[in-house]
Amino acid sequence: MKKFLPALIFLLLATPAHAMHISEGILPFNWAAVWFAVALPFLALGLRRLNSLAQDDLSFKPLVGLMAAVVFVISCMPIPVPTAGTCSHPCGTGIAAILVGPLVSVVISAAALLIQALFLAHGGLSTLGANIVSMGVVGSFAGYFTFRGLRMVGASLGVAGFFAGLFTDWATYLATSVELAAGIRGDSPFLPLSGKIILAFIPTQLPLGIVEGAMTAGMVVLLSRKRPDLLIRIRVIKEQKEAVHA
Amino acid sequence: MPDRKRKRKIFMLHILLLTTLLFAFYFFTLGPRPWPGVDEAVVEKIAKEHGRAVRKPFIDPGEGDLLLFAFLCAGAVGGFAAGYYWRKLVGEKPTEAGRCKKE
Repeated sequence: MKKFLPALIFLLLATPAHAMHISEGILPFNWAAVWFAVALPFLALGLRRLNSLAQDDLSFKPLVGLMAAVVFVISCMPIPVPTAGTCSHPCGTGIAAILVGPLVSVVISAAALLIQALFLAHGGLSTLGANIVSMGVVGSFAGYFTFRGLRMVGASLGVAGFFAGLFTDWATYLATSVELAAGIRGDSPFLPLSGKIILAFIPTQLPLGIVEGAMTAGMVVLLSRKRPDLLIRIRVIKEQKEAVHA
Repeated sequence: MPDRKRKRKIFMLHILLLTTLLFAFYFFTLGPRPWPGVDEAVVEKIAKEHGRAVRKPFIDPGEGDLLLFAFLCAGAVGGFAAGYYWRKLVGEKPTEAGRCKKE
């Protein structure tokens, strides 16, 4: 029963998502193409990194598989925010970036977003590039650098994980606001419009970012207790810290 | 027996968790708001103000329960994949074979 509990929880949470991915047709063609062009180099580098890592270390594959499933499920899991009366979802790219690296996290989020756009009417094919850039590229790199930066200044695993998740979420919505403002503004000035979108996101995303931070911290800490050797190998923790944990 | 005690503890924890979840979901349904997603409340609303409307998706699930079914399938597949890989990661002790480079 215990083994099936995570799957059961995910099953119970699977409902049509109301979320932040930019829907089909919202962005004009030229802007959609720009975001595809921005996303492509990251995707190519991510695929290259994924191939080289999979060849070097066989135990890397289950971790990538786990992260792919986690990002896919988390990014279509609507969470109601009582303070705003709306629903939105976390991204999950922060935890993926910490554990498998930001470039591989871009590939994972691209795959998740493609499946969601094709089969779940969540996001869109024309806006796939923009969604990859916001959730995959910006979210992953924001989470990764926050985590590494905080670890460098001596923050604990939990604290670094929390802020990585928090900034992943907020950075993703910031990027979505910029993409949306750039695409739909027409003759309107860019900055006031992007500010308006950011402000509209705040009541929902501010608390949701905290939830994502807690989730990220929990997952990193849990994995560090269960498989410290793996976290040492992927350079999330250092060897002497495993001895402290043990 | 300590094992029995542990099992009872886990059972009680699950009961507590389930009732908390049920209460939380019930609490949300009491709210007068329709709980729209931020895509509807923010993205689509502001886009509409600027003359951009949502187009139908490439594969349109329509208005019925087909989308619910698709999400259920996606949740099931994603959940089982996550559980499978989690078990693979934490259920097995690290071995040299798993770490070695492919020759």
